[in-house]
Amino acid sequence: MVPLSYYLVLSGILFACGVTGFLIRRNIITIFMSIELMLNGVNLSFVAFAAHWHALSGQVFVFFVMVVAAAEAAVGLAIIIAVYRTRETLNVDRVNLLKL
Amino acid sequence: MLHLVLFLIFGAICVAGAVNLLVQRHPINSALSLIVVMGSLAVEYLLLGAEFVAAVQVIIYAGAIMVLFVFVIMLLNAGKEELTSGSRIALLLGIPGMLVSSVLVAWVLLAHSGTGAVPVGALPGPPKIIGWLLFHDFLLPFEVTSVLILIAIMGAVVLASPPESVQQSKKEG
Repeated sequence: MVPLSYYLVLSGILFACGVTGFLIRRNIITIFMSIELMLNGVNLSFVAFAAHWHALSGQVFVFFVMVVAAAEAAVGLAIIIAVYRTRETLNVDRVNLLKL
Repeated sequence: MLHLVLFLIFGAICVAGAVNLLVQRHPINSALSLIVVMGSLAVEYLLLGAEFVAAVQVIIYAGAIMVLFVFVIMLLNAGKEELTSGSRIALLLGIPGMLVSSVLVAWVLLAHSGTGAVPVGALPGPPKIIGWLLFHDFLLPFEVTSVLILIAIMGAVVLASPPESVQQSKKEG
């Protein structure tokens, strides 16, 4: 028996790590990975609540979150490739002009 | 008791991977520690009885999405990230912010933990029942998802293909 709050604390810590990575990192790929970390934290709380309330729809929602994350990763990484092609940098501080 | 020990071990691995993701300066190291986080999260899902979600986590997240990340890191030859003045301000504000928010969340959840405990295996999530739910209760979202994936594929191809001027110069040259 693992208390539900332990799972929620773990998911909260993961989400906080993701937010921090989003704020402190300057590499656009690492920022993107921090977003994935936040999604994973939310997924854990979804599954924990699904087990707690005996509702399997929580697990179906995790499936949908994963699908959206996959679509987001595909489009986001394509955007990163396009940005790198025009700017020759991955540092978000150097990508500060709308037009070259 | 065994389950609590397993939860604590894999939760610790999970948090260690997440912190390592923040600390490492090279993107490939961050990507590999993110794979560690996702693998240990799959074990946590198994502890909660969510077999389907655990399998999908390993296949889609640790498999497909992270391969995409590693591929892009290698394609762009991403090196160590450089520090700028903006990143120092973010470090000063970000790390205390994370500590405060983690402690706050943990304190609120543990202090008001009248939420009970999750018995292991109380709610098995076998693929059969999940599939039944997907094709009955969640049929419309499921179909919309396929359209979303199609649009994402087309968008990725359009965005990642080189601009027309480059293609034309290659044809002429």
